Amino acid sequence: MRDSLTLYLIAAMLCSGIGSSMFSLLANRYPWVLRLAAFPLLCLSGLASLAVGALALLEGVTLAIELPFGLPWLHWHFRLDPLAGFFLGIIGIITAVVGVYGPSYTRKYQQGPYSLSALGFFTGLFVVGMQLVVLADDAFAFMVAWEVMSVASYFLVAYEHHQAANRRAAFLYLLMAQIGAVLILLCFGIFSGFSDDFTFDAFRVAELDPLWASLAFTLALAGFGMKAGLVPLHVWLPEAHPVAPSHISALMSGVMLKVAVYGFIRMLFDFLGPLRWEWGLVLLTAGSVTAVYGVLYALVQTDLKRVLAYSSVENIGIIFICLGFSVTYLANDAPIIGVLGLIAALYHVLNHALFKSLLFLNAGAVIERSHEHDLEAMGGLIRRMPWTGLFFLVGCLSISALPPFNGFVSEWLTFQTALQAPALESGVLRAVIPIVAAILALTGALAAACFVRVYGISFLGQPRGRHARRAREVRMGMLIAQGTLAGLCVLTGLLPTMVVTLIGAVTDSLLHEPIAAATRHGWLWLTPIAPETASYSAPLIMLGVLMALAAWFCVWIWLRKSRKKNPTARRDPWDCGFGGLTPRMQYTATAFAMPFEQVFRHTWRLKTQCTREMDSNLATKPENLEYQLEVEDRAWLWLYAPVGKWVLNASRLVARIQTGHIRHYLAYSFLTLIVLLWLIS
Amino acid sequence: MVDLVNVLEWVFALLQMALFVVAAPLFTAWIKRVKCWLQNRRSPPLSQPYRDLRRLFSKQVLLAHTASPLFRTAPYLVFGTTVIAAAVVPLIALELPTARIADAIVLVGLFGLGRFFLALAGLDVGTTFGGMGASREMTVGALAEPAMLMVIFALAMGAASTNLSTVIHSMLAQGLALRPSLLFAFLALLLVGIAETGRVPVDNPATHLELTMIHEAMILEYTGRQLALMEWAAQLKLMIYGVLVCNLFFPWGIAQTLDPASLLIAGGLLSVKLIILGAVLAVAEGLVAKMRFFKVPVFLAVAFTLALVGMLSFVMLESAS
Amino acid sequence: MNRYLELQLVEQAIITLAAMILVTSFALLGQSRVVATIRTFAWQGWLLALTTALVAWDIGHPHLYLSAFLTAILKGVLIPWLLTRQARQLGILRAVDSIVRPGITLLIAGALVVFCYGVALPIGQLVEGVTRDVVAISLANVMLGMFMLVIRRTAVTQVVGFMAMENGIFFAAVAATQGMPMVVELGVAFDVLVAVVLFGVIFFHIRDSIESLDVDALNRLSEVEK
Repeated sequence: MRDSLTLYLIAAMLCSGIGSSMFSLLANRYPWVLRLAAFPLLCLSGLASLAVGALALLEGVTLAIELPFGLPWLHWHFRLDPLAGFFLGIIGIITAVVGVYGPSYTRKYQQGPYSLSALGFFTGLFVVGMQLVVLADDAFAFMVAWEVMSVASYFLVAYEHHQAANRRAAFLYLLMAQIGAVLILLCFGIFSGFSDDFTFDAFRVAELDPLWASLAFTLALAGFGMKAGLVPLHVWLPEAHPVAPSHISALMSGVMLKVAVYGFIRMLFDFLGPLRWEWGLVLLTAGSVTAVYGVLYALVQTDLKRVLAYSSVENIGIIFICLGFSVTYLANDAPIIGVLGLIAALYHVLNHALFKSLLFLNAGAVIERSHEHDLEAMGGLIRRMPWTGLFFLVGCLSISALPPFNGFVSEWLTFQTALQAPALESGVLRAVIPIVAAILALTGALAAACFVRVYGISFLGQPRGRHARRAREVRMGMLIAQGTLAGLCVLTGLLPTMVVTLIGAVTDSLLHEPIAAATRHGWLWLTPIAPETASYSAPLIMLGVLMALAAWFCVWIWLRKSRKKNPTARRDPWDCGFGGLTPRMQYTATAFAMPFEQVFRHTWRLKTQCTREMDSNLATKPENLEYQLEVEDRAWLWLYAPVGKWVLNASRLVARIQTGHIRHYLAYSFLTLIVLLWLIS
Repeated sequence: MVDLVNVLEWVFALLQMALFVVAAPLFTAWIKRVKCWLQNRRSPPLSQPYRDLRRLFSKQVLLAHTASPLFRTAPYLVFGTTVIAAAVVPLIALELPTARIADAIVLVGLFGLGRFFLALAGLDVGTTFGGMGASREMTVGALAEPAMLMVIFALAMGAASTNLSTVIHSMLAQGLALRPSLLFAFLALLLVGIAETGRVPVDNPATHLELTMIHEAMILEYTGRQLALMEWAAQLKLMIYGVLVCNLFFPWGIAQTLDPASLLIAGGLLSVKLIILGAVLAVAEGLVAKMRFFKVPVFLAVAFTLALVGMLSFVMLESAS
Repeated sequence: MNRYLELQLVEQAIITLAAMILVTSFALLGQSRVVATIRTFAWQGWLLALTTALVAWDIGHPHLYLSAFLTAILKGVLIPWLLTRQARQLGILRAVDSIVRPGITLLIAGALVVFCYGVALPIGQLVEGVTRDVVAISLANVMLGMFMLVIRRTAVTQVVGFMAMENGIFFAAVAATQGMPMVVELGVAFDVLVAVVLFGVIFFHIRDSIESLDVDALNRLSEVEK
C-alpha cells in the first residue's frame, strides 16, 4: 500500500515535471501558460518530491524499480532509500518554492527579447534531471540523468544570451560540467572493472584494492567537486550564478550543488569499502581551503549575486569539512562520532539549500526592483521593501551561523564532532582536528562580516542610486516564496532535534549506527553525545530573543500616548559640522571590506587604481576622487591560465595538418585507409 | 517535590542573572576608579554608571531622519543577547538549569549575534562613522573568534565537555595542578577579552576622537534609553568576560550547592577576584598605549598563537594516558 | 590526562616550562625588530636553564646543574649581549625584519609542531621519566629554529635562528638522554661562543662587500650573469 503510494507519487513527480516542460513550449505564443500551467506543475512536482522524501525518511520506504529503457543488456534501475529520500526532499522544497516565485518573477521577461518557452522547458527538464540523478541505481541511468541536469542548466545559464559575457560564462560552465562528468565516468569505470556490472548493487559489494579505491576516491572528489565547487575547481560558479535568472540561481546553488554532494556521499559511504583516514585528511584540507578561500572572495565582491556565489563555495567547503571529520572518525573506529559528523554534513546540506535559495530569491527581488547588481548603487531598501528586507535579514542571520538560526546548529554539531578528537588513537589527528575547527570558526566569523556588509550596504543607510530611491515592494507570489523559506530557516534552527531525528534515518541506513543520544532529552534539548558534555536549547534562546523584542514592543505600546502628544523627534545625524549628509558620504561596500583587504592581502590579486584631482585654488582640497578595485580569482592564474595556454599550443600544433589543399586531405584519407587495412589484416 | 526543587533552581538562576546585570556597571566603575587613582585624578563615585543610566533612561529619544525600524530594535536585541549570555555563565553557583541552555560555543555565537545587530545599527543611519565602526568591529570580531574557539578547545578537551558548569567542575576536581594548556588558554582569553570588549589597547572606551573609535562610532547616533541599553550591554559584556576569566581559571569558592552559607562565601570570593582582576586590567591599560588599528591583527595573532600552543600542549603533553 | 595529574608539581613545572620554551620559539618567528628578537632569545635561554635545573633536581643528576648554569650565563647573558653589541655597532638594532605572510607562517609553524609530535612519538616511548613527552617539543624547537633560518632575511636574525636551533638540540639532549657527557657539553658551549664571535666578524665583512645585511642581497655575488 505504502509502496504503491510511493510509486504513484514518484510517477506524479516526474510526470508533472515533464508536463511543466511540455506546456512551456506554448509559452512563446501564450505567455499565460507559463504562469498558469508550467509553474504550478513545477510546484506540484516539488510537492510530490517532498512527499516521496518524507515517506522514505519517516516511514522508511525503500523501493527498487527496473524500467525497460536504456541499453538492451542494461535496463534502467531506480532505487529509493533514505539517503535518496533526504535529497529528494530538499529538491522538492526548493522546487515548490521556485514554482511559487516564478510566475511573478518571470513577468519581467515577457517584454524582453528572450524566449519564455526555453525558460520553462529547460527549468522542468533541469528539475527532472536532478530528481532522476538522486533516484538512479545504475551507472548508465545516473550518467544520463546527470547529463540532462547539466545540459538543461547550461541553457538556463545562457538564457540571457544576447550579452557576450553571459555566453562565455555558460560555455565555461558547460566545459567544466563535461570534464567533471568524464571524471565521474572514469570513477564508475573502476567500480565496474571490479564488479563486472554497471548496477549500483554490484558496486556496493565490489571489493577494490586499496590503490584502486584511492584512485576512485580521487576521481570522485574531482568529478563531484567540480560540480559542487571545490577550490580550485570552483571558477564556473561565480561566473554562472550571477548571469542566470535568480530563481535558476536558487535552484542551481541551493539544489544542484547538493546533488553533487549527494553523488559524493553515495560514492564514499555506500560504494567504497573500508574508509581510510588519509581520505579524511584530504577532505579536511580541501574543505578548509575551499571554505576560507570562498568566504574571503565573497567578502570583496561588489556584485550581489557574485557574493552569494562565492559564499556557496564557502559552504560547500564547510560540508566537505564535516564529511572529512566523519571519514576520519569512522576510519579510526569511533563510529558514533563519525555518524555525528555525517549528520552535521547533511544538516548543513539542508541549511545551505534553504538559506542560499532564500538569499538568491531575495537577490532576485532586489535586482528586479533596484535594477542594479552592484551593491554600491543600492542602499536604504529596507524602507522601500520592508518584507523583502525582513526575509533577507533572516537569510543573512542563518548563513552567518548565529544562534538560534539553522546555520548555527550545523556549525555547532561540527564543533562538537571536532571536540571528540581525544577519542582518536593517533596523536597527529588529535592535533589536526582542532586546527581545522579553528579555521571553521574563522570562516563563520568572516561570513558574518560578509553578510553584515551585504545587508548593511544594500538595505540600510541612504539610497545610493536613483533606482534604489524609487524601489517598490515585490509582488505577492515572490514574497510568499521568500517567506516560506525564511520560515523554514527559523524552523530548522528552532527544532534541531526533529531535524536530527530525520537525518538519523539516513545515517542509520547508510552506516547502521543509530544516533539516539542526540535527541534523548526531548525536543527542547539537543545533546549530541551526552547532556554533561554539551547541550544546546535553541527554543529557549529564541524565547530570550523574542522577550527582548517583546520588551521593545511593550515600551512602544507604553509610550504610544505620549508619542501622540509629541512624536519622536527626528533630527539630522552627526555630519561633523559641515552640513548636509549626502549618500556619497556613507561607507561603501569596498570601504567596508578594506580592513580585511589589509589583513588578508595576499589572498587576492587586487588591481587598485586611485586618481584624485585637486582643486586648482586650494592644493589640499580634492575636487574629484576615483577609486577602482578589481578582484581577480587567483585560481585562474595558477591553474587555468597555464592549462589554457597548453591546450592552445597543442591545438596549434595539431592545426598544422590543416593545409587547405584538397589533395592533402585526400592523402590523409588514403593513409588512414591503408593503416586500418594493415591493422585488421 | 522534585519539581519544586527544579522550580527553585530556575528561580535562583534568574536571580543570579539579575545580579549579573545589576552588578555589571559596578565593575566598570571600579576599573575607572583604579584608573583615576593611577592618574592622580579624583574619581567619580562608584554609583556614577547607575546615575548615567538613570539619566539616559529618562531622557527623550531623538532619531535620525534616515533611521529605520532596525535601528530602533537593535538596542533591545543587543542587550537581550548579552543578558542571555549572562544567564549561561555560572556566576556564584554551579549546576543551574540555565547553564544547560547553551555551552561555551553557543556563548560565542550569542556574542556574535549581538555584534551582528550592533554593526547593522552602525550602518543604518548612513553616516561615515557608523560604517567605519561597523567595519572595524567585524574585523576585530572575525579575528578574535578563532582564538576564542582555540581557548575553548584547550579547556574543553581537558574536561571532555563544553558546558561551562562541567568545565568548572572538572577544574575543581583536579585540585592544584600546573598545566601548560591552562596557562596559555588563560593568557589567550585575557587578550581575546580585551579585544572583544573594546578595551585599551584595541579600542578606547573613553574616546570620542573620530578616527580611532570602534564601539563608540557605532552607537554615535543613539540617544536616551536606546543609548542606555547599548552602554549597559557593553558593560555587561565586560563583566561576562571578567567572570569567565575568574571562574574558569580560579574557580575555588564557587558554590556547588544552593545553601546560603556557601552562596555567601562564593559571592564574597568572586567580588575579591573581580576586584583584583579589575585592578590588574586598569594598571595594564595605564601601561600601554592604544595601538594603530592595523596592529590589532598582530595582537589577535598573538592571542591565537597562545591558544594554539595551549591546545597543542594539551594534546602533546597532557593527554597521554 | 589522568597520568599528567598524578605527576609531582616539579614534573608538571618542567612540562609547563617546556611548553613556554615552545612559545618563545613561536615568538622568535613572529618578532619583527632585531632587538626584540635578541631579547626573546635571551628569555628562551633563561627558560632553558631553569628547565635543565629542574630536571637535574628531579632526577638527581648533579652535572646537569652545571649545564644549567652554563646555559644561563652563555645563552641568557653573554650571547644576547654580544649580539646586541654587534647589532648596535652595525646600526641595525632597531631595524625591522618582519615576516611577509604572518598567517601562513603561523599555520606552517603549527603544522611543523604537529609533524614533530607525530615523528617523536616512537622516540618518546624509549625514554623513561617525565621528559618523555618533552622530546617532541625539543624537536619542534629545532624545526622552528630552522624554519626561522629560512624565512628571515637579515643576517643577525638568522644567527638568532641558528642559536635557537642549537637551543632545541641541547633541550633534546636533556629531555631524551638526561644531558650529554660533560666534555661534549663544554665543547659545544665553547663552540657556540666562538661561532657568535666569528659571525660578528662575518657580519662586518658581508656589510663591507655588499653594503647590506639582507641575505637576499648575497645573490649579487653569483657568477651567473642575469
